Amino acid sequence: MTEAAVPTRIASAMKEAGLAAFVALVLAMPMVGLYTVDEGGVLVVRTRFDWVLIGVLVVFAGRLAMAYWPATLRIPARRDAAHVAADGHFNILKFLGIAAISLAVLLPVLPVTDRYVIDVATTVLIYVMLGWGLNIVVGLAGLLDLGYVAFYAVGAYSFALLARNFGLNFWECLPLAGALAALCGILLGFPVLRLRGDYLAIVTLGFGEMIRIVLINWQSFTGGPNGLTSIPRPSFFGLPFTRNPEEGETAFHQFFGLEFAPYHRLAFLYYLILALALVTNAFTMRIRRLPIGRAWEALREDEIACRALGINPTNTKLTAFAIGAMFGGFAGSFFAARQGFISPESFTFIESAMILAVVVLGGMGSQIGVVLAATLLVVLPELGREFAEFRMVLFGAAMIAIMIWRPHGLLARRDPSIVLPPARRGAA
Amino acid sequence: MLTLSGIHTFYGPIEALRGVDIQVARGEIVTLIGANGAGKSTLLMTICGRPRATRGQILFDGEDITRDETFLIVRRGIAQAPEGRRIFARLTVFENLQIGATVGQPQHFDEDIEKVFILFPILRQRRNQRGGTLSGGEQQMLSIGRALMSRPRLLLLDEPSLGLAPIVAKQIFAAIAEINRTQGLTVLLVEQNAFHALRLAHRGYVLQTGRIVLSGTGAELLANPEVRSAYLEGGVHA
Repeated sequence: MTEAAVPTRIASAMKEAGLAAFVALVLAMPMVGLYTVDEGGVLVVRTRFDWVLIGVLVVFAGRLAMAYWPATLRIPARRDAAHVAADGHFNILKFLGIAAISLAVLLPVLPVTDRYVIDVATTVLIYVMLGWGLNIVVGLAGLLDLGYVAFYAVGAYSFALLARNFGLNFWECLPLAGALAALCGILLGFPVLRLRGDYLAIVTLGFGEMIRIVLINWQSFTGGPNGLTSIPRPSFFGLPFTRNPEEGETAFHQFFGLEFAPYHRLAFLYYLILALALVTNAFTMRIRRLPIGRAWEALREDEIACRALGINPTNTKLTAFAIGAMFGGFAGSFFAARQGFISPESFTFIESAMILAVVVLGGMGSQIGVVLAATLLVVLPELGREFAEFRMVLFGAAMIAIMIWRPHGLLARRDPSIVLPPARRGAA
Repeated sequence: MLTLSGIHTFYGPIEALRGVDIQVARGEIVTLIGANGAGKSTLLMTICGRPRATRGQILFDGEDITRDETFLIVRRGIAQAPEGRRIFARLTVFENLQIGATVGQPQHFDEDIEKVFILFPILRQRRNQRGGTLSGGEQQMLSIGRALMSRPRLLLLDEPSLGLAPIVAKQIFAAIAEINRTQGLTVLLVEQNAFHALRLAHRGYVLQTGRIVLSGTGAELLANPEVRSAYLEGGVHA
């Protein structure tokens, strides 16, 4: 680098930082600088410009550092290393996976675990399962779906309605809910077969909203905005988790001779979603090695080449939508069973965005990436509770940080579905 | 084996093919030469049903395939190494070949992949490597190998020498000749590299603005003064 280049670089970095600081100032002035307090029943506006100043300075310094040392700050995600050797990298991931599963299995019996921890962990697992389900559609088949929450809703309402109206139990409802969600997936799939990219995203977004609006307006069937209450709780193979079971029934704690504790039910729900999520994962790992899974990935890479190789793009897309939707439906059933109450409020676009964020931040197509991202996206706002109204700022900052340092997602590397032993030189 | 009669193909209002008649017999290598925009690639794509021919008829083994879906045409035994190779860049060489075998019988897989590896030994060494990291020539080999994995009866090749160093192009042409000789595979080849293509081919057609203007054996066309002046001058190879 020449000597003249150094001042120019500083100057341009300063310029960029100044611009960012100005934008921050404009945004922070009303949002941070002004706040209201209640004084004797009257709202009074107060100012706190010192906070604005701190924020602007932080933005200035951060942007300056990023502009000045871009190379050191942006660690490129090595997504396309040439050789896919069966080396340490994959072993580390494998080890990580096994460690994560062991931890997940042991979590409810660890001494540090209380109701709160198990509740958060269950929420994480719901997002992991939804992320894995959406990963089939977005990560493998490359079809951007912004309305995935629709299938989640279909699963939840299927379970709630079947259980309330026909008295079916959770395990009887689960396959039905999955089938209904898959049917909706095919229903969505047909009109969007010819669409790609942005256009596909818009139609799927609309589909998600349609389902929600139907749920709100079909009052007689879905309960409308009031939702559905008193959804039966799942039982442990016929043993309910109640303190005082009905006549002729044995409760879980009685059967196992335990003291009654609400924690049992929470732990059971936790293991239930863990099992469902692991089934989703096992299914995805397996199907990637089958012709249909390979066809999905081929479709993501190049649709024209797929046709030229005799792959039927219609069936390939529809199966991806249907199977992705089916897992969304399973997760929805679980959600309804856990909450005992559902309403259209739970199935807004923000949920779709959250699930998509799990997939994209995790690294499209990466199974462990989904786990990391789901954990991050659920736990971070929880940790941020101490920051009260600023927890969403923290959340946003974390997402920006991921996009700067891991632009292709936390784990962007695609694992090949099969790795063969290296060829001997000259073998023929 | 393949007969096109009176094929017309449109891109919107533009008539890219204006009544093309060609025939490919079993076991032949037939080449189609022509300048840029003559309609060579369109012809290959029309055989595959994308775009569809608006008029005319395409018979494959006596059956009308003019209106079939692309993937169904491929399943009848026509494989294509498309223009621009179109390999799956993020998938490994082996996975690319597996996808090529989608149409084939699973029990043929090991035998077929061995044939591809014998034809293009470099692919065996590169089998765990991502397709996008291969060189241009290797990608072309993979594209042809992938097409062969479906055990086609007719192989369509769209400009396999495009953008390749002359020595690599020669290897590719040699491989095409070898599959034709040893496996009796019928090949329809579209090329701008007229000299090599005509030397390789049993018969050839010259396509000009959507019409066949000349046809004959490879040697006849190579000797034809019009062909020489239009497609070979300034490109006297070897």
